[in-house]
Amino acid sequence: MEQEIRLTKLANCAGCGAKVGAGTLARLLDGLPVRRDPDLLVGFDKSDDAAVYRISDTLAIVQTVDFFPPIADDPYLFGQIAAANALSDVYAMGGEPKTALNLLCVPKAMPDGAVQAILRGGYDKVYEAGAVIAGGHSILDEEPKYGLCVTGFVHPDRVLTNAGAQPGDVLLLTKPLGAGILTTAAKVDLCPPDVLAAAYARMAVLNKSARDAALPFRVHACTDVTGFGLLGHAAELAQGSGVHLTIDAAAVDIPPEALEFARMGVLPEGMYRNRRFAEPFVAADGVPLEVQDALYDPQTAGGLLFAVHPADADALFAALQKTVPSAQRIGTVEVYHEGPRITLR
Amino acid sequence: MIDARGYSCPMPVVMVQKEVKVNAPATLEVLVDDPCAVENITRFAHNNGYEASAQPAGDDEFALTLVKKA
Repeated sequence: MEQEIRLTKLANCAGCGAKVGAGTLARLLDGLPVRRDPDLLVGFDKSDDAAVYRISDTLAIVQTVDFFPPIADDPYLFGQIAAANALSDVYAMGGEPKTALNLLCVPKAMPDGAVQAILRGGYDKVYEAGAVIAGGHSILDEEPKYGLCVTGFVHPDRVLTNAGAQPGDVLLLTKPLGAGILTTAAKVDLCPPDVLAAAYARMAVLNKSARDAALPFRVHACTDVTGFGLLGHAAELAQGSGVHLTIDAAAVDIPPEALEFARMGVLPEGMYRNRRFAEPFVAADGVPLEVQDALYDPQTAGGLLFAVHPADADALFAALQKTVPSAQRIGTVEVYHEGPRITLR
Repeated sequence: MIDARGYSCPMPVVMVQKEVKVNAPATLEVLVDDPCAVENITRFAHNNGYEASAQPAGDDEFALTLVKKA
């Protein structure tokens, strides 16, 4: 019988919390030559979720890569979440995943069954997305890591970037927050098993239904909420679009246990990193600290954040209710004058 | 005094929370070597009636002092 392993014990930082901070990343990329290509519709310089390259007037490819150390102890679940997270970047650009390549780092001593379960979790999510696994690469490493390199298709005129939000738009978010805080609490067995299981189940949900629901509507901007937290990604969207956002903190779905752990100081390092990066852009007067913490909490395989034309907001929200019942209406987009990019209410 | 050196987050803040819950000390010294623990313990203190201050204490170590607010 195989020895039971707790995957998260093998990881220094879990899930998207392992991401290099946005500020650090900007510093590391600073000064590197950027080559332009008119067909590169979305590239490195845009702080967007995936690259988009135009092949013809009717077809562009969406490319993304994402991988991280275990966020869950169960290898199959970890594989599912890592894959859902990687596929999400294609959905966030309005695309449809077509091919995926496995990226796998595995310790020598890890049992074959566990490695295979990670891969099986990934395969199942890729197939659920209607894409195929086309290959991959694996290396030995002290810490397990898994993810995908995904290529998808999108019509070049229907790319959803994080730079198109317009004043008047309504903000919709498709999954609850709290993933980083709850998994941090789980490291010391503080998180009730049912609460943790529900959080994992949410992470494993593909953003496919959310993207599909949005297709018929005038969605002006979209991003997926992952390692930089809701406010980090929202700040990028606001800056990229040149707008101001008002977010109704009370309308954001945050599990009560996540708020409780935040009050106890059980918070992931990534939360503080995200706060340092995005705080200068955020006016948060009067919003309780633990709620703010949850809004900065790094998410793994988080939901999509849409900025939708106000006349389409009710219809999109109604459509989301059918397939993505966790969707929330969390704010509005305004003209930016000066000062903070985001105001929390 | 709590020596939480060698423990990574969120263990140090959980150790502090237990001590506060059981003994409600007027002051509490905590040694940590995970920078995230400094932030978490400071956050815990802020939310639970303590003032916290942190000083560097040797190589990559920090000494936190928690003082119960009047």
